[in-house]
Amino acid sequence: MLKDITLGQFFPGDTPVHNLDPRTKLLLTLVYIVALFLVNTWGGYLLVFAVLCAVTALSRIRPRALLKGLKPLVFIIVFTAVLNLFFTPGEDILFRWKFVRITYAGLDRAIAMVLRVMFLVSGTFLLTYTTSPLAITDGLERLMSPLKKLHVPVYELSLMMCIALRFIPTLIEETDRIMSAQKARGADLETGTLPERAKALLPLLIPLFISAFRRADELALAMECRCYNGGQGRTRMKQLRMAGRDIAAFVLGGAFVACVLILRRLGI
Amino acid sequence: MSLIELRGLTHIYSRGTPFEKTAVEDLNLTLERGATVGLIGHTGSGKSTLISHLNALLKPTAGTVLLDGEDIYASKASIRAARFRVGVVFQYPEYQLFEETVYADIAYGPKNLKLDKDEVDRRVREAAAFVGLGQELFEKSPLELSGGQKRRTAIAGVLAMEPELLVLDEPTAGLDPAGREDLLEKLFAWRDARGAAVLLVTHDMSIANRCDRLVVMSEGRIVMDGSPAEIFARDGELTAIGLDLPGPAHIARLLRQRGVALPAGIFTVEQLTDAILALGRRGGAPC
Repeated sequence: MLKDITLGQFFPGDTPVHNLDPRTKLLLTLVYIVALFLVNTWGGYLLVFAVLCAVTALSRIRPRALLKGLKPLVFIIVFTAVLNLFFTPGEDILFRWKFVRITYAGLDRAIAMVLRVMFLVSGTFLLTYTTSPLAITDGLERLMSPLKKLHVPVYELSLMMCIALRFIPTLIEETDRIMSAQKARGADLETGTLPERAKALLPLLIPLFISAFRRADELALAMECRCYNGGQGRTRMKQLRMAGRDIAAFVLGGAFVACVLILRRLGI
Repeated sequence: MSLIELRGLTHIYSRGTPFEKTAVEDLNLTLERGATVGLIGHTGSGKSTLISHLNALLKPTAGTVLLDGEDIYASKASIRAARFRVGVVFQYPEYQLFEETVYADIAYGPKNLKLDKDEVDRRVREAAAFVGLGQELFEKSPLELSGGQKRRTAIAGVLAMEPELLVLDEPTAGLDPAGREDLLEKLFAWRDARGAAVLLVTHDMSIANRCDRLVVMSEGRIVMDGSPAEIFARDGELTAIGLDLPGPAHIARLLRQRGVALPAGIFTVEQLTDAILALGRRGGAPC
């Protein structure tokens, strides 16, 4: 049950998408998101969908994995759809019953918004599916490094992110273990009223917090023992290098944005 | 009737996914009251999966577990009953402590049993006495205790449920030799006082030594089952599946390989010294 969490999941692979520099992927994802919000025609959505399919096929990620990622968002998607469907003003009424009315414009907007949310989430999932968490933090750090001039602790931020991602599986495992131990002592986590259940979580949460703090202490000690002193002067084993394929990716990304803008202008 | 019986127990994790893994396969095992059984096997041999079935934490893929002849998975009530009748102390149990005081933590299990206050109090005091926790510690926070005291508090928390079968997964891991010996003595005293069965999961052969019966697992199956003398006589097979021998048995094996005529089935220091002295009396050179 707990193992089904897809947060930060990464499917290793050796495809052109996997092998792109993480900075390229991060920037292109950003470009993709901006372009998605510029799209206002059906032709545009079709283009985005085609690009999404192409990248998915190229990265050999199973479409089912992407759909699974959308699952937790069903509520938000439905909520967006309903809101837009009923509350968009317009002239042409499609359906009217008492105070409920649906306009053509509303239907249009609802479908467009649902597509937008789905494309947005799938696009970002493609990034995390094809890029290891370590590569993402590395890329982010490099991309944000100009902010160091403004005294933003970029290095520390990326280290925090990296450690947080690293400990997700550990904490899930720990939760499973403590759950077994408390169940063995007769803890009942499944039945009871809401306040009872909340109270039943204490035997789970307290040991979990204690061990998280203990782990943090140990990690800090281990890092200091190995002379960790922050990002100053640190060299890397894996240097990030832009390659020809990154330039190609940027060119394709530019072409995509250009197409989106043209479709927007033409209104197709 | 035997206390607990496993029949054809099979457990497959993540069935139907690429991560599918058979942890235990077709296990048959019975445990009697008053017995002390050691479960040994190297990491990944399925020991932990086995013990998680004894109190219905895991549901078997096939086969079943009978407690006093009754299927523990029959209903929600029977699953809950099994949780109380079979006490499981997991590895490093000190990490499960959460209450504000030692007393409250030991009382957590009995309280879940919905016992009245006096009965809870009696059980907490008895369990604490069995593991050697003094009353002066009752009002302390579990976090202030030493490592060994924490471990004993956690074990007392399970003893206080007065289980008929007590399962301990590596109870002595991380304790010094004196602490290890002390804990074992206390557990055996508890077993004798309550007439309960004890199942010790361990890597430590000096603990395996102290059991009446040993069950050896490898690759999710039970490969040997017998008295320590019988098991340790099969030293070649044990080392083949990656298990150590107890120190004295190891020395005896090395001596035998060098041509010293020692009898089979030696696994305690006393047996080894007796055997060597016997050799000397017979006039043969011990070494």
